[in-house]
Amino acid sequence: MSDASFDVVIVGAGIVGAACADEFARRGMSVAVVDREFVGGGATAAGMGHIVVMDDSEAQFALTKYSQQLWQALRRELPSDIEYEQCGTIWVAADEEEMSEVRRKHDYYSARGVPTEVLDAQSLKRIEPNLREGMAGGLLVSEDAVLYPPCAARFLMERAEKRGAELRLGAAVVQIGQGCVALSDGSEVRGGIIVNAAGADADALTPGIGIKKRKGHLVITDRYPGFLRHQLVELGYLKSAHAVTSDSVAFNVQPRQTGQILIGSSRQYGAEHKEVDYALLTRMLQRAREYMPGLGPISAVRTWTGFRAATPDKLPLLGPWPPDPSIFLATGHEGLGITSSLGTARILADQITGSKAEISIEPYLPSRAAKEHAHA
Amino acid sequence: MPSHVTVMVNGLAVSVPSGATVAVAMVMAGQACRTSVTGEPRGPLCGMGVCFECRVAINGVPHCRSCQIVCETGMDVRTDG
Repeated sequence: MSDASFDVVIVGAGIVGAACADEFARRGMSVAVVDREFVGGGATAAGMGHIVVMDDSEAQFALTKYSQQLWQALRRELPSDIEYEQCGTIWVAADEEEMSEVRRKHDYYSARGVPTEVLDAQSLKRIEPNLREGMAGGLLVSEDAVLYPPCAARFLMERAEKRGAELRLGAAVVQIGQGCVALSDGSEVRGGIIVNAAGADADALTPGIGIKKRKGHLVITDRYPGFLRHQLVELGYLKSAHAVTSDSVAFNVQPRQTGQILIGSSRQYGAEHKEVDYALLTRMLQRAREYMPGLGPISAVRTWTGFRAATPDKLPLLGPWPPDPSIFLATGHEGLGITSSLGTARILADQITGSKAEISIEPYLPSRAAKEHAHA
Repeated sequence: MPSHVTVMVNGLAVSVPSGATVAVAMVMAGQACRTSVTGEPRGPLCGMGVCFECRVAINGVPHCRSCQIVCETGMDVRTDG
């Protein structure tokens, strides 16, 4: 690929890079993807694979809803190893205060065409009997889904390659800019546009974009079919996910098609090493047991960590980077990269081709970070 | 201490010497411990708690390593979960 030149060079073969490659190639662009490791590594391999519509802000809602619809449209084409399952999310309310949040969310989603159902204590107990006694209720968001992200990334990348995209693995990207991607093996790949989809490492290649690494832990158990049926997330999750200073944990468990249970979640800033933090892991599992005591004797088979790409305003960076307009950013998805990958690809392709996007792109434009960068 | 204890393996009584593990009972019963994801019968391989091939449900608790658990009278051992 030395001296090769493409319309677009994508840095990062995670699910965002793969989705972009697929969409750009579909629209007739010549595309190259470079990654130091393999397709679907990094945060894509570490994440849960929860396709979830979120309501922290209107912009977050718009992107996750748009993306979820794209996943639904794609589901018939997804190979079985992606394990796409529309199991729904239940936001679990532990007390009456959280039930008022359930009703607020219900109103919010209903007003925007997302089907939800308010569950009282009895209904919740009936459909998820392994939750502890005394839960106040919950909100079922039935169109949320789960999937296995590495296989989803591979599927998108293989489809991109069938559409003509080139994939180059094994050499790290050392520098990007001015239409050029320099690799650790000394070669270069040139492109009219370079898309930085390097996730939590994007900041190292494009300094000043304001991405911070937010470390997370996950545990996967042995097979216990039927132990839970929906992705279960505590409503207190919102408090923990919004905490920007301290380490936090939240009850967040997911049923896999295999009968395995994925247990999360933790959030940490300033933790740069991949090692499992056993003190935090203990807190995370303790939290899970508070919600589902039956998890206690269950056998875990693996624990790992990953790094979310976090932005100060909880929205991704999608579009040109003003200091070097040959660079487009596609990062900063925090915990929503799997969900938002398909919408991200559409939005970037629309910007590159000068098409009108299907949702308002203003909130995601990197110019907002560039302003902060200039003032820093 | 009695010389033998009797456990139930999928509902059938199996008598084993006292102190024998559940893996021994499984071998004496002539039954596979579990079925792999791809449908193969599996049984004790390492015999020391490392390979996890000999998992059975004991008294309703799934995924017990039969090679690490000593038989007790009346134990209910199941290979279907």
